[in-house]
Amino acid sequence: MSLTGTAVSTGEITPRLGYAATLLIAALWMVPFLWMLVAAFNPDSTGAGMASLVPSYLPTLANFREAWASADFPRYGLNTTIISLGILAVQIVTITLAGYAFARLEFPGRALCFYLFLLQLMLAPVALIIPNLKTIASLGLYDTLLGIMAPYFASAFGTFLMRQAFKAVPRELEDAALIDGASVRQRIVHIYLPLARPSLIAFSIISLTSHWNEFLWPLMVINSPDLRPLTVGLAAFTRGAEGAQAWGVIAAGTLMVSAPLLIAFALFQRAFVNSFVSSGIK
Amino acid sequence: MAQAVFTAGKTREWSAPRWRPRQATLLAFALLAPSLLFLALFTYWPVLQVLWQSVHGQLRVGGPQAYVGPLNFIKLFADPAFRKALGNNLIYALGTVIPSLVLALGFAMALVRSSRVNALFRALFFLPVLIPLVAAASIFLFLFLPNVGLLDYHLAKLAISGTNWLGDPDIALGSIMVLTIWKNAGYYMLFFLAGLQAVPADAYEAAILDGAGPWQRLRYVTLPYLKPTIGFVLVIGLLNVVTQVDHVFVLTKGGPSDSTNLLLFYVYQQAVENYDAGRAAAGTLVMLALLLAVTASSLRTLERSFGERET
Repeated sequence: MSLTGTAVSTGEITPRLGYAATLLIAALWMVPFLWMLVAAFNPDSTGAGMASLVPSYLPTLANFREAWASADFPRYGLNTTIISLGILAVQIVTITLAGYAFARLEFPGRALCFYLFLLQLMLAPVALIIPNLKTIASLGLYDTLLGIMAPYFASAFGTFLMRQAFKAVPRELEDAALIDGASVRQRIVHIYLPLARPSLIAFSIISLTSHWNEFLWPLMVINSPDLRPLTVGLAAFTRGAEGAQAWGVIAAGTLMVSAPLLIAFALFQRAFVNSFVSSGIK
Repeated sequence: MAQAVFTAGKTREWSAPRWRPRQATLLAFALLAPSLLFLALFTYWPVLQVLWQSVHGQLRVGGPQAYVGPLNFIKLFADPAFRKALGNNLIYALGTVIPSLVLALGFAMALVRSSRVNALFRALFFLPVLIPLVAAASIFLFLFLPNVGLLDYHLAKLAISGTNWLGDPDIALGSIMVLTIWKNAGYYMLFFLAGLQAVPADAYEAAILDGAGPWQRLRYVTLPYLKPTIGFVLVIGLLNVVTQVDHVFVLTKGGPSDSTNLLLFYVYQQAVENYDAGRAAAGTLVMLALLLAVTASSLRTLERSFGERET
């Protein structure tokens, strides 16, 4: 779904005034980011001039150094990376298998299974954090990274996405592979997955961003400071720095936590936009 | 086991029907098993658990769990903090979903034409979507800081005296809502941008020939075409309103005097801070009921978009 080359390029839907207002709001929308940048490089982290949006100083990295020293951001970053990539890796296996079953196999109980999967979309996992915490604890996964990951290993959204992609694969391709004696595993790996690449990428982006940014569930599962992901680490760090009124340091820490996804977006803008459009309900 | 099923089909003839029914069923359930296992553990089991827990409780401190009937729900609805959270969530829903929807539609309509400038502005509106809600809250902490914060500092320059944005019970929820709108409008804009592609250019041309002004074109051409998109965005928006409370943790912790408490945060408090499992379960059920109500309204769309009903 490309956002370019539109049918409504007559320029008539929005009057000039609406366009001007939008640009004005866009400027307003950027103020929090602008402040974060200006404050992060401000040598004076706590002074009264912190509210200025126009830098009037020699930029320094002092705030970053202090943020780096007062919270273990590299460790948090590593934890977040392990969590998001770990979830994605397992999800790709589960959604591929289930997606193939729904796309290509006829079996009794299929409709029931479909609704069983649909239930996960309807009951957002985050609403079930309290009972899930109990389950995680009784599985001995409390205060482990695996405990954060486990509830996300199955994905109805991903399964349905893969099902759609697999259904679009011509049956003749699979038949040809069947003649050559390819097993189900070989057919999925060599025919279906390569052809479902766009859907896989879309799903990966959605999965990675949502778990990279997740806060409440890891906050509940993790107790040890060195297992914190970035979001939980940032919240704890902000609480500490807020007491010290170290706004520049907070800005620097926030910038470090937000930067990876912002950079990824800058590099792969189109892929991000397309996958978010397909994400609707995840 | 999966491996055995994987290779079982090798010697069989390939022609249709591709799979003998029994074999297809075995294979299908082998393929679905990993997903169903995790769904059972982390979706169905927790639901059963809260259903059980919501009608059980300790009759005395430290006592065993006993059946207490609707007691947990009675206590839940008798708790002013819960009623406040429920009310807040309603205000929060109306006050964030509708403005973000209107803004998102406005942004999309203004920026739908493809040009370099418009692409840049679309990206700008999308940036808040990408950062963690916790990070957004950390930034807004200074924005809303009394006296020396970003907002008060610049208001003072205009000779307007600021207020305690997060400390005043009458205003705090509004401040939280501003953050939510800022965070989500760009996300909803994407759906409207995609939806606007479906409006045929002829429809506008015909409307212009008929002498329709911009508002009439919006009312009679754009909005009717965007109806499905609006419904879809409404559902996503309402889901977000129930499931996203990270900023409340960083900014207000539900205070002052519960003025920014939302359902999910209340449930978290009951479970993690007050250790009241029964009330947390009852609260969770209320939340699940709301989620079901929201998604059930879009069940048809879900079925269609995920296609079990297409054939």
